[in-house]
Amino acid sequence: MDLAYTPKQRAFRAEVRAWLADNVPAKPLASYDTQEGFEQHREWERRLFDHRLSMVMWPEALGGRGCDLIEWLIFEEEYYASGAPLRVNQNGQLLLGPTLMEFGTEAQKQRFLPRMAASEDMWAQGWSEPNAGSDMAAITSKAIRDGNEYVLNGQKTWSTRAIYADWLFGLFRSDPASSRHHGLSFVLVPLDAPGVTIRPIRALNGKEAFAEIFFDDVRVPVENRVGEEGQGWHVAMATAGFERGLLLRSPGRFQHTARRLVALYQAHREAAGRDPTIREAVCESWMGAEAYSLAAYHTVGRLAKGARIGDEASTNKIVWSELDLKMHETAMRILGARGELVAEAPDAEDGASWLEGFLFAQAGPIYAGTNEIQRNIIAERMLGLPKA
Amino acid sequence: MDFTFTEDQLAFREAVSRFLMMEAAPEMLREIWETDVGRSPDLRHKIAEQGLTALSVPADNGGLGMDDIAWSLMTQELGYYAIPDSLADTAYVACGLISSLPESVTRRAEWLERIADGSIRIAVGHAVNPLVADAHAADLLLLPHGDEVHAVPRSLVDVIANPSIDLSRRLGRVVWEPTSATRVASGDAGRALWATTLERGVLSVAGQLLGLAQRMLDLSVDYAAQRKQFGKPIGSFQAVKHHLADVATRIEFAKPVLYRAAHAVAHGEADAAVHVSHAKLACGEAAWLAARHGIQAHGAMGYTWEVDLQMFMKRVWALDASWGDRGFHKTRVAGFVLGDAARLGPGRTFGE
Repeated sequence: MDLAYTPKQRAFRAEVRAWLADNVPAKPLASYDTQEGFEQHREWERRLFDHRLSMVMWPEALGGRGCDLIEWLIFEEEYYASGAPLRVNQNGQLLLGPTLMEFGTEAQKQRFLPRMAASEDMWAQGWSEPNAGSDMAAITSKAIRDGNEYVLNGQKTWSTRAIYADWLFGLFRSDPASSRHHGLSFVLVPLDAPGVTIRPIRALNGKEAFAEIFFDDVRVPVENRVGEEGQGWHVAMATAGFERGLLLRSPGRFQHTARRLVALYQAHREAAGRDPTIREAVCESWMGAEAYSLAAYHTVGRLAKGARIGDEASTNKIVWSELDLKMHETAMRILGARGELVAEAPDAEDGASWLEGFLFAQAGPIYAGTNEIQRNIIAERMLGLPKA
Repeated sequence: MDFTFTEDQLAFREAVSRFLMMEAAPEMLREIWETDVGRSPDLRHKIAEQGLTALSVPADNGGLGMDDIAWSLMTQELGYYAIPDSLADTAYVACGLISSLPESVTRRAEWLERIADGSIRIAVGHAVNPLVADAHAADLLLLPHGDEVHAVPRSLVDVIANPSIDLSRRLGRVVWEPTSATRVASGDAGRALWATTLERGVLSVAGQLLGLAQRMLDLSVDYAAQRKQFGKPIGSFQAVKHHLADVATRIEFAKPVLYRAAHAVAHGEADAAVHVSHAKLACGEAAWLAARHGIQAHGAMGYTWEVDLQMFMKRVWALDASWGDRGFHKTRVAGFVLGDAARLGPGRTFGE
C-alpha cells in the first residue's frame, strides 16, 4: 500500500487542472437534453478532444493519451471539481468504445473510435424495447441477413438523446427461430438511414431527453455487426459490465456533489439546523462519496495487478445511484420551499441545479439495469444463491 | 499510488483464516463460553505458536513488526471466527502502546517479549470505555489516570464482573489506586499515547465488526440455499436475495474505508481520527445490517440458542458501541466535514 501519487501523476493532475481552469465555460451550457445544448456540448467535447482530454485512457493513435486507470481517476476528479459540463457522448465513449476495442475488427476501430473520441459521431443506445426492459433477453427487433446486408425491423425505446444523435448501437435478433439470449447480434445503425423513425419522449424534466426508434426495413451492411453473428448477448453483456461498473460513474462526480451539498448546508445552516437529520444526511453523503472513491482506488489497484471487474460491479451501481439520490433529496430538504423553483424562476437558487439533479437522480436506480436486477445479480453470481 | 495489499499480506491472512477455521470452530467457542474465565489457555497457546501474538511486536523484541495495515486484515479474521477480545487487545492495541513507551520504562522490553511469546494477557482501559474488557483474566492492565498511563499488575486491582449478552465478552469495572510505581507515561506523552491507543482500539473493533458481518452473511447464504419452503430454497426468492445482496454491498464498501483508516493510523496522518471514525461507522452499519437481515433469513431458527448465528450477532451488538459509540464517531466526522478547515471534494481522498 502506497498512497502517494507519483511525480508523473502529480504533473498530469496539475496539467489537467490548469487546462480546465482556462477552458471551462464561465457560463453553464444549455441542457444537453435540448438541440441547442446538445450542440454546445458537442463543441465542448471537440475542445477536449483537441487537447487529447476527451478519452484519456484510449491509445494515442485513437486520440487519447494512453493513461492508466489511476490517471483516469485523477482526470475525472479534476474534471468534476472544475464544474466542467457533463459528458454528452458517454453512451458511445464509455459503452460502445470499450466494446469495439474488445470485439471490433481493426477496420471498425479505425472507422468509429477516433470520430467517437472527437464526438463527430454521437451515439445512442438501442437495447430496451417496449416489452424488453429488465428482461432484456425478450428482445424481438430483428436483423435478418440478406446478402451483404441486415434488414432491421422492430422498435427500440428509452434511447437517451437519440433524436439528436448520429448513430445507434443496438441488439437485434438475427436468428428469427431463436429465443432469449441466443441468436442476437450487436449492430451499428446510422440514424439517418432510410426507414428509421425517431420519436422523442419527454422526460421528467420536460425535455426530449430520450426517444423511441422504429425500424422499417432499414438496411445496414454486414460490416456494421460487432462480434460474431448470434453472439450479440455476450458482446452486450461485456458492455453492460462497463456501464454498471466504474467507467460510467467515476467517484469525482459524487465527491463534487457532496462538497456542494456541504456548502449548501453551510449557507442555510440556520434553517437546515431545525431538522437534525439533515445534518446527519450531509455527513453521511460525504462518507458515502469517500467510500465510493476509496472502493474505486482499491478496485483499480487490483485491476492493475491483474484482477478483473466481476459481478461486484453490480454493487457499484447500487451504491452510486442511491448515494446520488440521497444527496439530491437532502439538498431539496435544505432548500425547503424554494426547492420547487425551476431555472427560469427569478428566486431559484444556483440556477435550479439541485432540482435538475434531483430529477435526474430519480432515474439512477432505474437505468443501466434496475437496482432490483443488480441485487439479483449480486445474490446469484456473487453469493451463489439459486435462481428463481 | 497503490491502494492494495501485497501478496505476502494476503497470503498471511489466508493462513490465519485456515488456522482459525480448524482451531476455533463454533462448538469450541460455545465450550469456552461455559467456563468461568471465558478464555482457553489451550487456544491462546496455539495462537502464540502460530506467531499471531508477535505480529505487532518490533523485530528487535522478537516480533514480526507488522503495522496497522496488516492488522486491518487480521482483525477481520478475528471477527470472522469470533475470537474473544484479549488477543487483539494484547497483541495489537496494548502492544502498540507499549512499543511507543520510552526506553526509560525498564520493563518495556520484557512486556514486548512476553507479548510475542504469548505468555502475557494485557487488558486496556480507556476513558471512552466505561468498563475494561478481560480485566479479570489479565496479567497486566494499562489504565488511564487523566493523561497518565499506568501499567498495573492484576494483583493491584479489584475487578467487579459485569456480564454481557455476548458470553465471549468479559467486562469488568476496575477499582485501583494510581501510584508513581505504576505510572509509565504522563503529560503530553501520556495524552499522545492514549490518543493513538484510541484510534487503534477503534480500528481493531471496526475490523472485527466487518469480519463478523461477513461471517453472518456466509451463514445466512448457506441457510437460505438449503432451507426449502414452497418447494424451493428460500434463497431463490427475491425478498431474501435482496436482503443478503444489501449486506454484501455494505461489506464491499466498508472494506476500503477500513483500509484507508489503517493506513492513516500507521502513518500518523493528520486526519486519521476522521478516517477511523468513518471506518467504525461503515463497518458497524454493515455488521448491524448483517445481523438484522441474517436473523430474518434464518427465520425462527435465527431466534434460537441452537443456531450459531446468535454468537456472531451478539458480538456485533456488543462491539458496536465499544471504543466509542456511534454518537462519538459521528461527532468526530461532523466536526471535520462541517468544520471550516475541511478540504473536501474530488482529489482529496488521500489528503492531497
